[in-house]
This record gives sequence, C-alpha cells and structure tokens, in this order.
Amino acid sequence: MKKKYSIASIVKNSLSNNENWGKMWRNPNPKKHYDVIIVGGGGHGLGTAYYLAKHHGIKNIAVIEKGWLGSGNTGRNTTIIRSNYLWDESAYLYDHAVKLWENLSEDLNYNMMFSQRGVLNLAHNEHDIKEIKRRVSANRLNGLDTKWLDKKEVKDLVPIMNTDNLRYPVLGAAYQPRGGVARHDAVAWGYAMRADELGVDIIQNCEVKGIRTDNYKVEGVETTKGFIKSKKIGVVASGHTSVLAATAGVRLPLQSRPLQALVSEPIKPIINTVVMSNAVHAYVSQSDKGELVIGAGTDGYNSFTQRGGYDVIEETVRAIVELYPIFGKMKMLRQWGGIVDICPDASPIISKCDVEGLYFNCGWGTGGFKATPGSANVFAHTIAKDEPHKINAPFALSRFSDGRLIDEHGAAAVAH
Amino acid sequence: MILIKCPYCGERDQSEFANGGEAHVVRPKNPESLSDKDWGEYVFYRNNPKGIFYERWVHSHGCKKWFNVVRNTSTDQILKVYKVNEKRPDLTEFENTLKSPSGEPSVGSGNFAVKK
Repeated sequence: MKKKYSIASIVKNSLSNNENWGKMWRNPNPKKHYDVIIVGGGGHGLGTAYYLAKHHGIKNIAVIEKGWLGSGNTGRNTTIIRSNYLWDESAYLYDHAVKLWENLSEDLNYNMMFSQRGVLNLAHNEHDIKEIKRRVSANRLNGLDTKWLDKKEVKDLVPIMNTDNLRYPVLGAAYQPRGGVARHDAVAWGYAMRADELGVDIIQNCEVKGIRTDNYKVEGVETTKGFIKSKKIGVVASGHTSVLAATAGVRLPLQSRPLQALVSEPIKPIINTVVMSNAVHAYVSQSDKGELVIGAGTDGYNSFTQRGGYDVIEETVRAIVELYPIFGKMKMLRQWGGIVDICPDASPIISKCDVEGLYFNCGWGTGGFKATPGSANVFAHTIAKDEPHKINAPFALSRFSDGRLIDEHGAAAVAH
Repeated sequence: MILIKCPYCGERDQSEFANGGEAHVVRPKNPESLSDKDWGEYVFYRNNPKGIFYERWVHSHGCKKWFNVVRNTSTDQILKVYKVNEKRPDLTEFENTLKSPSGEPSVGSGNFAVKK
C-alpha cells in the first residue's frame, strides 16, 4: 500500500501517540532468483533499484545489504551537494543529479530536507584564483550557476570568516547558489520505501560473500543467506567494491581509504552556507540541528578500518579554527570514518565489464553523496539496457586503457 | 593512529611517514610489445585487498629512506617491516584472519579490532 505523508497524516498519527505509522518497508526472505541483484543498500544502490522498477519496468529486484540501510558511506558523508566540476562530462553527470535532487522530495513524497544554501570554494593564493576562475568559466559554459565572488562578497555572505589575519588569506571564492545540503538518511529511506512499494525486495543483514561466474557470465551471488541466482548484478559497494570484484575475477583501478568527518556540539545558526577550502583542507556547514558538520581529508594509506588517524582531524580542525576564530572554544561531539574507493582520475566508474551481466557503480571516492540520484538514474539505465546512458558513457572502465581520463582532482576538492 | 617501526630510525608516529602505495610493482620488461590495456593495467591498476597488503612507505619527516611494510588493511596491524633490498616475505607467513570478503561481524563497522 502506498504510504502518503502529509499534514493530515501527521495530525492523524499524533492522535494515536505516533504508534501506528507502520513499517516503511518489508523485511522479506530472499527468493531463489531475481532479474537484477543490487549489492549495496546505500543511496546509490537503493536509488538504482527504484529507477529500475519505476522507469524500466523491472520488478523482480533484490537489494542486498550487509548491515542496515545507509550504514556505509550514505550515513557517513557531510551531505554536501554541488555540481561545479571542471570537465563537460562531470558537469553533465553531477548536474543531472542536482536537477533530480531539486524534485526528489516530491518524487518520493519523502522529505529530503534538501536545502539549496549555496556552496563556496575559497581561493587562498594566486594559483587558486586562476584555477577557480577557470572552473567558474567552464561551469558557466555548461550552463551551471557558478560565479566568482571577491573577498568582500565572501565576507558579506559569511561574516564570521577571518579573511585577512591568517597564513593563507581568503582572496575570493567560487559560489554555486544551487548547491547545498540534504539529509543523508532520508535519501536511503525514501528510495527504500518507494522501491519496496514497487516490489523490490530489500534484504538487510545479509552479506554478499562472492559473485559466482561461469565462463565470463554472472550466475548469481553467494550470501550469508545462501546462493541467489541472477543474470544481472550491479555492485554499488563503495570501499568494498574492489573486494567483491575480485571474487568475480575482475580488477578495478580503485584504492580504498578512510575519509573522516566530525560534528560539533549544536549551536545557534551561525553559518548559512557551505564553505569549502582546498588549500587549507577544511570544509564546514551547519546542520538543521545546529551542529557544525566538518569534513577532513582522506588518510594517506589504504585501509578498511572505519576510523582514520588523528593527525588528519588535527590538520582540519586547525584550519577551521584559523578560518573561523569564533569556533576556537567549541567541542567536537563525534568523529567517524567511511571507506571510500578512490579512482586515479577522481571520477567515478559507472560501467559494464568483461563479465557479462556484471555492472559497477564505484570510484566515487570522496564525493559520491551529491551524485546519488543522478548516479542511480543512469546506472539503472545501464543495467536495464545493457548499455550506458549518454551521460555515463564517458565514465566507462575502458577509459583506463584508451586514456580518456576525466581528471577532477581540482573540483573533487578537499579530500583528494 | 599507527606506529611504524622505521628500519633505520625505530618506532615513530605514522604522520612522520608518507605512503607510497603497493610494493613490488614491476615495470614491464617488454614495453614495445605492450597493448593499451596492458599499459593501463601497469599505470592505473593496483591491488586493493582487505587483508594482507604489501606496501611502500617513506620516512619523509625523518631519514627520508624508503622501506616496505606488510600490513593488514582490515585492522591496520603492521605484520612486518623490511628493507627494499630484502626479499618479499611469503604470504603464508601471515595468518589472514578474514573469514568473509568484508572480514567483519555481520553487523557493525570495521572497528572490531579496537572493540575486542
């Protein structure tokens, strides 16, 4: 039954002490066979299942998740959304996502708390200015709303920022007003709920142990709940994608690293936009609860431990305090790490591979959250039609042998 | 946070070191006959195991010397440190404690090494 959320439903449920909302999705046992299996129950995976069911008429789908929904990087990122990437291919892909974000709450009838509060990318030296102005110009040619702000305009937007009295003074910034933040859990839950309504089986607490293939064709997945057959398997497992790929004999150009984030104690509204700085390695926004959400860079070595080292946090917090002296006395409440899969060119891989029926959506590295709806949308197309959508065609695995890399190390910002 | 025992200086904090990625990657011996795919493999593809990993480190804020390390990437435990001219230790020397691809309890994060 389709669950509708509205003011009327909130009033009605409040009368019964909010005890009758009901489950948002079923908790089925896996069937023996599915038309498509998605490995990974984060935003990208659940979104892929939703678009497969909604746009491509495939109903017999399972999403298999090792933990609970959104327990990986979907629930660990700093929720920043923007599309100000340098190259045409990336601008199309990320802006496809931003356009979907703009209507996602309505599409899913689930509040994504998508807040287009704008994203600033600071310039601290002559080279930054040149690089960022080049990116602003490239963005404008691709129809994006990015613009260059001088120091005064930055200061007007974020009055608490220390622009002059620091080692690397703020000289200006790129500003994308359509960028912003969204609630990350809601993305997983919203997609899960609507995919479930379309008949998708969401199987949680079930780990995929391996992908079974025969003569370069997929047969199914070995899981902790037994073998499940399928002719099409989409792997969307972020940091663990290369581990799963290896079980099917596929090698991917990915390196898994911890990426850390932290939140402060909640305070009154003080910063109403997202501020990122590549040069001094810090980005910050304020959540609706009032916490400062701070992102650090990746740790400098491969690891699958979801924690990371303190030296990385120290560097980030140092930069934050220098940029915003007013935060100097704040306490940090929580810190965590997620395992991100980094590609040599800092762009994702949304692609088929040598094994028939095996599809990968990976390599998002440090910036996958912003792309969730767009990535899911084009990945669903790739799986359903067995050929890439024109938006994700350049993001094929073949670019690592034909040399058409999409180098986004500049636009991928802080974390690389 | 990892402590790394530099074979020249002794045990130091990881922040003194820089990681050089996978160790024992050999430049192709027959470059002229290599296909684009083979070149792509050599340039861009590196092993990324969850578990035993051979890697290079340099003591960049110390003696600036390179050396190799065997580390379990699922726990960050360093199993062996050896100099670049030493022979690559055999995988069978190390016990791979991973029982599933993710090597973790069925629910939870990768912090199990810390939790126990």
